[in-house]
Amino acid sequence: MKLKSSLLAFAAASLFATSALAQDPVKIGMITTLSGPAGYLGQDVRDGFQLAIDMEGGKLGGVPVNVLVEDDGLKPGNGRQIAEKFLNDEGVKLFTGIVFSNVAGATVPEIVDADAIFVSPNAGPSEFAGKGCNPNYFVLSWLTDTMQGSAGENATDLGYKKAFVLAPNYQAGKDAIAGFKRYFKGEIAGELYTRLDQTDFAAEMAQIKAANPDVVFQFQPGGLGIAFLRQYQQSGLLGAIPMVIAEPSMDHAILKAVGDAAEGLNVSGAWNTDLDNDTNREFVAKFQETYKRTPTMYAAQGYDTALAIASVLKQTEGKVEDVEAFRTAMLKTEFKTTRGSFSFGKNQHPVQDWYAMQVVKGDDGQLTLKTRKKLLSAHGDPFAGDCDL
Amino acid sequence: MTLFLEQLLNGVQFGVMLFLLAAGLTLIFGIMGVINLAHGSIYMIGAYAGTWVAAETGSFWLGIPAGLAAAAFAGVVIEFLVVRRLYGRDHLDQVLATFGLILIFNQAITMLFGRQPLFVSMPALLDGSVELLPGLFYPVYRLAIIVVGLLVALGLYLLINKTRVGMLVRAGSTNREMVRALGVDVRLLYTLVFGLGALLAGLAGFMAGPILAVQVGMGEQILITTFVVVVIGGVGSIRGAFFASLILGIVDTSLRAYLPGLLRQIMVGPEADALGAGISSMGIYLLMAIVLLIRPKGLFIRNS
Repeated sequence: MKLKSSLLAFAAASLFATSALAQDPVKIGMITTLSGPAGYLGQDVRDGFQLAIDMEGGKLGGVPVNVLVEDDGLKPGNGRQIAEKFLNDEGVKLFTGIVFSNVAGATVPEIVDADAIFVSPNAGPSEFAGKGCNPNYFVLSWLTDTMQGSAGENATDLGYKKAFVLAPNYQAGKDAIAGFKRYFKGEIAGELYTRLDQTDFAAEMAQIKAANPDVVFQFQPGGLGIAFLRQYQQSGLLGAIPMVIAEPSMDHAILKAVGDAAEGLNVSGAWNTDLDNDTNREFVAKFQETYKRTPTMYAAQGYDTALAIASVLKQTEGKVEDVEAFRTAMLKTEFKTTRGSFSFGKNQHPVQDWYAMQVVKGDDGQLTLKTRKKLLSAHGDPFAGDCDL
Repeated sequence: MTLFLEQLLNGVQFGVMLFLLAAGLTLIFGIMGVINLAHGSIYMIGAYAGTWVAAETGSFWLGIPAGLAAAAFAGVVIEFLVVRRLYGRDHLDQVLATFGLILIFNQAITMLFGRQPLFVSMPALLDGSVELLPGLFYPVYRLAIIVVGLLVALGLYLLINKTRVGMLVRAGSTNREMVRALGVDVRLLYTLVFGLGALLAGLAGFMAGPILAVQVGMGEQILITTFVVVVIGGVGSIRGAFFASLILGIVDTSLRAYLPGLLRQIMVGPEADALGAGISSMGIYLLMAIVLLIRPKGLFIRNS
């Protein structure tokens, strides 16, 4: 299966290489995390992005594109080096792909200072949303602050009064806790920061047990989240203290790996496989058909990013050098997304709907994320006011 | 009090896992003089092979021999194909070659299993928690890890101190040249030690499966801590590795558990949490620096 998909990818790549010779393709630099425990995040961003290109036969918005993919290995320094290489050696003017906020923090300034454009399919650190916003920087996903804040909104909505919060000790982890506290109306019973490479949470479990809160909020991306949830179950906390999390802590890959420990968890996010709109239905079906796995929100965001870029390339007829024209075209938001409602705030970050979801057993006995209700409508972020664009 | 005991058990459990890795690493380093960065990859191979077999057959117990066999086999093959050529070379060559192995194994695993983490469900026997003392619930599986780790430590003690092979291993770690001069088949001894180290790493990897995520790169995360154990315990000393593992496990766990709380007494708010998290992740390295200052050869090697 693995071999088949790489053969397919190879076939697609070679097909597309021949068509690229005919017209001058637009180079898109994709810097993303493909190795290490979080490698599947970047893989899904890449595959979602590629799916949109393949569905148009190697083009985006009728313009042939050439996607250069490099792995940043979740190291900010690597991301920066790849950006420099793409800028100087390949003359790339349009970038995307970054998954992690810390990589974005080091890499995005390099790109926008060189007057190139960055369209984020996932990373959304708060530092580039307020005073640090930039006309060359667009976010198609969400702000970490808002994403994790939706869990706070969900906890308030579910009537919890006393929360224990924990996240890894890095930029997105701090944004996550700040976001949760912004939307959560109850009191905080305890606050913990873990190491970003930590996979054993036994010490933290004991502290949660001792604090005895109404609800636990945690943000542990990728493989960390799997380990955390499994250990939460093993220490007997799962039945005792409910948990609210945002979608990065319970994407469809984590759900599959965690198994029954996940049943009943309260999740919140901006996208789910069951969102009822045509773009999403088409995306989920095509993704499953092409890659034989359930797409995660990273894949959906990669796909949305490609659709957004397609709409811009169509309007500008493939010109990416003119930043002002690119910006005007992008801000028109003449594209559909898998999330249904989507527009840009004045800081060029998304204004979109947020949903409460729950992990339930589907008709086939498999666990799935089911959308329960809409939490927030056309919701922007609290930093837009500080942005002078 | 129950919280403290629970954290102590957590520390011991983490220490025992470290020991399973450090035992092999310290023997390989001590006896053969090889810095083997690929030890973490063997841990990963054990985890993947065991987890895969357990998932395919539906039996956790069948995963154990599979994980052990795959790890030991990988160890012997690595020794035969790569490490054997490195004995005479300097440490930089060894680091380069074994680092290359890490990249190769990570990519191979990615190609075979994909990037999404694997999942193994726990056997019903080891699932859930048990009440050790009134109010002290502890996961059965973690207790099982502690028991297995201590049994392995006992077994290694007997092997190293009471058997002929053990005698050669001890001799090899004290004076490699002399053992060779006495006509012992060092090649066989080396392969054996490497295989044994790999076996233990595989065991650690498989046991970690149900708790941690089985994923590409899981070995590198724990490898650095394992090297700290080897340095603190003294290169080549199993006894040193055992005590250093437990010390590190307990120190690391209690720093994580108690430091932010202590700092919150003297500081306010988020700064205390951030500083606490920062210092506790540095803790074991600080400990290593202090040990190196006082006893440069490690805690359990007599200064000569």
